Amino acid sequence: MICRVADSIYWLSRYIERAENIARFIDVSQMSSLGGRAIRDAQWAPLIYASGDEAAFRERFGDDFSQQRVLHFAIFDEQNPNSIFSCVRSARENARSIRGELSTALWEAINRFYLRVTEARVAAGTIVENPHRFLERVKRSSHTIVGVVVATMSHGEAWNFAMLGRVLERADKTSRILDVKYFTLLPDLSLVGSTLDIVQWSALLESTSALHMYRKRFGKIEPKQVAEFLVLDRDFPRSMRFCVSLGEECLRALTGTAPGMFSNSAEQQMGMLNSRMNYANIDDIVNNGLHEFVDSFQQQINEIGGEVSKIFFQPEA
Amino acid sequence: MESTQTQSQIQGAQTPIPSQVQSQVAGGPVQVACGVVAYDELRLVESETRHPLLARSFGAIPDEELSKRQKAAEEELRERGVTFAVYGHGDGAEKVWPFDIVPRPILRDEWNRIEAGLKQRIRALNLFLDDVYGPKHILNDGTVPRELIMSADSYRPQCEGLKPPGGVWTHIVGTDLVRHNDGEVYVLEDNLRCPSGVSYVIENRELMKRVLPEVFQGASIAAIEDYPERLLSTLTQTAPADVAAPKVVLLTPGVFNSAYFEHTFLAQHMGIDLVLATDLVVKDGRVWVKTTQGPERVDVIYRRIDDDFLDPECFRPDSVLGVPGLMEVYRNGGVTLANAPGAGIADDKAVYAYVPKIIKYYLEEDAILANVPTYLCGEGDQLDYVLAHLPELVVKPTNASGGYGITLGPRASKAELAKCAESIRSDPRNYVAQPFLTLSTVPTVVNGHLAPRHVDLRPFILYGSDIFVLPGGLTRVALVEGSMIVNSSQGGGSKDTWVIDG
Repeated sequence: MICRVADSIYWLSRYIERAENIARFIDVSQMSSLGGRAIRDAQWAPLIYASGDEAAFRERFGDDFSQQRVLHFAIFDEQNPNSIFSCVRSARENARSIRGELSTALWEAINRFYLRVTEARVAAGTIVENPHRFLERVKRSSHTIVGVVVATMSHGEAWNFAMLGRVLERADKTSRILDVKYFTLLPDLSLVGSTLDIVQWSALLESTSALHMYRKRFGKIEPKQVAEFLVLDRDFPRSMRFCVSLGEECLRALTGTAPGMFSNSAEQQMGMLNSRMNYANIDDIVNNGLHEFVDSFQQQINEIGGEVSKIFFQPEA
Repeated sequence: MESTQTQSQIQGAQTPIPSQVQSQVAGGPVQVACGVVAYDELRLVESETRHPLLARSFGAIPDEELSKRQKAAEEELRERGVTFAVYGHGDGAEKVWPFDIVPRPILRDEWNRIEAGLKQRIRALNLFLDDVYGPKHILNDGTVPRELIMSADSYRPQCEGLKPPGGVWTHIVGTDLVRHNDGEVYVLEDNLRCPSGVSYVIENRELMKRVLPEVFQGASIAAIEDYPERLLSTLTQTAPADVAAPKVVLLTPGVFNSAYFEHTFLAQHMGIDLVLATDLVVKDGRVWVKTTQGPERVDVIYRRIDDDFLDPECFRPDSVLGVPGLMEVYRNGGVTLANAPGAGIADDKAVYAYVPKIIKYYLEEDAILANVPTYLCGEGDQLDYVLAHLPELVVKPTNASGGYGITLGPRASKAELAKCAESIRSDPRNYVAQPFLTLSTVPTVVNGHLAPRHVDLRPFILYGSDIFVLPGGLTRVALVEGSMIVNSSQGGGSKDTWVIDG
């Protein structure tokens, strides 16, 4: 596969996943802000922290974390490269540049996604007031695209690059949401055991689509178990561990390397991270600082992304 | 004849739309002179229709229903992202491909004659190219003036002595045809460089089948859907001789090119890689594409970029585009380029006037398809005629593409005519003039009703080990009443084209 094409498939997949994650996070913030005791606007700042766009936001809007500002920034802002609109547009631009490599169904699904988001921009004001229906559509479009990829693309190189992009993005986003929310909800470990704001903890799980699967696994909501579920669960497809494990498989499929071996630095780092996740336990993580753990995890994910790019997309001629 | 018919904005013209042409458009539709009646390709509403079957099926569809289908077609094109780009509009320049649901029919007998004429023309023009960049017999004996060739911008001295694999210079040709009100079909222009539009031919047919299936009932229409496979065969047939299973790629300038949709369409339908120049490298006398598994050899390049941007080492040292060293590999037979560089000399607008002579010279046959009478301003007596008849003529620069610098006599102001005369006098070689033709019409859905609109036709011809003409081609239609501007960038639309038995 042509390097540039692999690059575009990887990124288009990342952008779709990113748009979905932003949508989910906004949706949950919106739902939990309604009827809550918290100061209304305080609800919205974490959204900006979680997407890593705090500096860019403050530079333009200062401390104005009002619903209007934040949601417009996160959904429709053209200047914000991580807004839903920008992500979907970038995904489509990537798709368009490699249109011939995609199945027709996939291209059309991405094109439709883009058209719907563009149309929604016309009514941005109304949507920012009550974004739920729109966000549902974003999530559904993303799921449709994931489904179309699985069902219509040959499970070869392109598919593996798409999958790799998706799980790296997802691992990053789950870790960010966990980091931001966990810290907000439980700033001090000594508070463990005090009365929990069940609504807020449910919201954290909901924002990663994890609530029902968590309930099946653990039932009662306990902060440590919530962390365990999102960091280390073997089977939940949005847990950090699951994503890393799938990412490792994709890399091995791309190079044909046997399990436990590596043929390049991306595989090596991914394998090391995977082992770390496989043999970690939640008590150690929490005792040594969840924030520190998540921080180093994100850094490693970033580095792996960089290596993937160097090895597959911009090789020395 | 209307100027902008000859420019090629829907397709891969690399040049932006010249402001001159746009201002003509802004000036309103070109009216057919009083009393001149265009040839109606269908005559749907008259008793002596040319196509009873179509007249019957369209007669059975109420206007309201027709509008509904038209809307459905437009919606479908949008959802599927069938687009073209308009230059000079920045980022939001992607437009949905305009399509009209009334097909343009051509009877089989007439088509057979057109097909024979096109084959003859392509054969002769390839022999001409072989000769011009080789022994130059036709120039040496004065049949075509040497000066005319050597002074053309599209003549490429770098191509002297080239021997393209299989003797094929023009693998893919799109020849523009029009029917005047005398009923005769004329060749307006030979496009031998990167003609485009064929993807829309295929899309139009598919769309037509989806939105108006009932009109296909009982009609025997020539299939066109196999074009991509034929194109791929053409390309592999002309691969370097030493290659067993040639790897073919399509080279595009990128997403901002007006014909980018077509590039991806063709690559996808042929199952070949769509590449940018930056994806290719020259090494060890061959061309390679950079893949995630290392370099892979490329044998045939269907290039949709101009000669100038192929290889900065050969054509344009100032260009950052292109693949350095590509021409050297080509010259040594290590790769096939389709179409061959240098082929543009044979579609120069002044050379066009000589095509009937060129056909006679190489094939000893009379041209089957008529040429539009063309006055070469570079020849004294013809210059005088042109200057004396400017208000009736269409004046075109010979070496410019994209319709740049065209003057429409019947539409021009006195000042414009004076300016045109001055330009001609200062550089006669650079201008030709032709009579103003009245293009034929086909009924078209306009505001919910059928109304006659002017059309042209671009058939596509493939030249590999044999010559193949795709039945029909791209019919472009000027949607503005009375206008003969068929370019999609300027409000033109398109139609499905049927080569039909009986």
